[in-house]
Amino acid sequence: MTYFPEEVVEHIFSFLPGQHDRNTVSLVCKVWYEIERLSRRTVFVGNCYAVRPERVVLRFPNMRALTVKGKPHFADFNLVPPDWGGYAAPWIEAAARGCVGLEELRMKRMVVTDESLELLAKTFPRFRALILISCEGFSTDGLAAIASHCKLLRELDLQENEVEDRGPRWLSCFPDSCTSLVSLNFACIKGEVNAGSLERLVARSPNLRSLRLNRSVPVDTLSKILMRTPNLEDLGTGNLADDFQTESYIRLALAFDKCKMLRSLSGFWDASPFCLPFIYPVCAQLTGLNLSYAPTLDSSDLTKMISHCVKLQRLWVLDCIADKGLQVVASSCKDLQELRVFPSDFYIAGYSPVTEEGLVAISLGCQKLSSLLYFCHQMTNAALITIAKNCPNFTRFRLCILEPGKPDAMTNQPLDEGFGAIVRECKGLRRLSISGLLTDKVFMYIGTYAKELEMLSIAFAGDSDAGMMHVMKGCKNLRKLEIRDSPFGDAALLENVAKYETMRSLWMSSCNVTEKGCQVLASKMPMLNVEVINELDENNEMDENHGGLPKVDKLYVYRTTAGGRDDAPNFVKIL
Amino acid sequence: MEIIDAELRLGPPGSSGSGDMAAKKRSAAAAAKSEASGTGGDPDAAPASKVQVVGWPPVGAYRKSTVQSASAAREKGGVGGGLYVKVSMDGAPYLRKVDLRTYGGYGELRDALAKLFGACDKAAGGAGGFAVAYEDKDGDLMLAGDVPWDMFICSCKKLRIMRGSEAR
Repeated sequence: MTYFPEEVVEHIFSFLPGQHDRNTVSLVCKVWYEIERLSRRTVFVGNCYAVRPERVVLRFPNMRALTVKGKPHFADFNLVPPDWGGYAAPWIEAAARGCVGLEELRMKRMVVTDESLELLAKTFPRFRALILISCEGFSTDGLAAIASHCKLLRELDLQENEVEDRGPRWLSCFPDSCTSLVSLNFACIKGEVNAGSLERLVARSPNLRSLRLNRSVPVDTLSKILMRTPNLEDLGTGNLADDFQTESYIRLALAFDKCKMLRSLSGFWDASPFCLPFIYPVCAQLTGLNLSYAPTLDSSDLTKMISHCVKLQRLWVLDCIADKGLQVVASSCKDLQELRVFPSDFYIAGYSPVTEEGLVAISLGCQKLSSLLYFCHQMTNAALITIAKNCPNFTRFRLCILEPGKPDAMTNQPLDEGFGAIVRECKGLRRLSISGLLTDKVFMYIGTYAKELEMLSIAFAGDSDAGMMHVMKGCKNLRKLEIRDSPFGDAALLENVAKYETMRSLWMSSCNVTEKGCQVLASKMPMLNVEVINELDENNEMDENHGGLPKVDKLYVYRTTAGGRDDAPNFVKIL
Repeated sequence: MEIIDAELRLGPPGSSGSGDMAAKKRSAAAAAKSEASGTGGDPDAAPASKVQVVGWPPVGAYRKSTVQSASAAREKGGVGGGLYVKVSMDGAPYLRKVDLRTYGGYGELRDALAKLFGACDKAAGGAGGFAVAYEDKDGDLMLAGDVPWDMFICSCKKLRIMRGSEAR
């Protein structure tokens, strides 16, 4: 082996694209391990309980950017009880002790407190980017601390967090000397903000490229802001719901006209259709558009606007767009890569104006489509087979038929063949969510063909343990498996225990797993945390015996080097 | 049409499941189909359109709460949908209401107003000529027709018909 000076090796490592590769080179020898760990700048922790924060900080004392994810994905749908865990404090405290050079922190599905935000703001002198996604536990006071103390702040990006409103003061806490903002997103803040403070902040932020307002910001403020930000690339509108006076209308049109760099639009909370025509001039340059919070826009409003958006790559809409609207999308947006169609009506047996036809139209017109999230009330195998042939480039395919267990709308057959076609044709598929009436056969297809699959979400599907076993056996790259209300039990759980160490996590709720099965798993695999989550419930499923043993309501299994966690609430048993 | 037993229980389709639990948790599918086919179904079943399963559909809690609070506000405030404004004509015994969104332009509006008030006008002995005025957000009385139609319906709060004798 030839020996290079450390600086040379470090320089070579700097070309490695991701954490995965850096982890690999760390295993080569002790010297490389040392060089790599001291030069690692970006650390990604996919499960906050997989490793102790102190250990991360000790190993990577020079890290600049840290990402930590907490609760499992199904927490988004209220399946994880409150107080389950995912606390940010240990991470921020550990970093404060061992890594004061930290500049960026990204957290997803974690519980963050105001105290932690204050510690963060006061400890890291070079801190410049805070991104919180789907977090909770903090208030606008915590944001005030960030604004006040982070002198070099470039990014404050709050996405879909549950934030307690303690008044508009926080925005005014950005000192006059703060001129470094590049990205500010406070769309999820429920309360009002001071319009004057906001305008002044924007006026002294020449590098601002991304700004997402909340619903309280009136149109006039938006116009004034846009006049000051000709270089804005991404905008989340404020309030566009009210009928506004003609002067406001003219001002807003003028302001939008200045924004030649605008590429992405979102917000549109309950937007009135009257506001759309003045956005038409910007449409031709948009690559991203999120209209999924505007239930007051009907299909013709939406299509009139979208027909102008010829460069669109990413579109989020409500199903109000209807099949005919999706046909317009298909003919106008040839560059479309990502489409999300959300339901406007959450009731199971309700009505949805989008069906399999809309999706087939999209697949015919948008050949570059790679990422899909589609809520609808009906689907057919024939449609899915056509879609698979038209769009073999899917990397993410999530289909949610609103009625659990609904069969093919034309043939009344299970949708096994349709999803089978998807996994067979889309060889690069990394993420899949299935729904509708499905037997073990679909899992056989998934296990056979979905070789690149990393994340699979299953609900109300399958006939027997064999279904889950197919997946566990065949999907070599599986990292996350989440299952609810499906008839998989201990036999499936225990068929391939070694596999769980190659995965980030497994979630099973309302399945047929018993506590005995979980205990067996825990005893065979000490490197896993087997969490049994049993909430007290009046309609207690635990009374229903299955093989003489109580069934487990919710099971969460994940690999870890940290052992059992000490912050678990009393309804979580770690075996 | 064959009714699929897509009942929400933990077991393979076709197995009987335990009696009580199954009776309580009638699936939306079965209830919806039996209602549709007029067999009446289980009288205790929740109306099919209102049946909800925990954590389903898999829409983020943030999105669900945002949409639900907005629709509640809409139902209370009656916003969205039609754009109804009052129409008055001096001497007419009562006012009318029109939905501005149903008209494509000023011409259609005039025709509709003529139909609404024509009878009153004749009865009062009027000549039939009239101008359409409106009250805007500032409370000023404006002559309709100067601004583009889309702008007009944004700012019109009330309509007022000025008959030939008044409209100078």
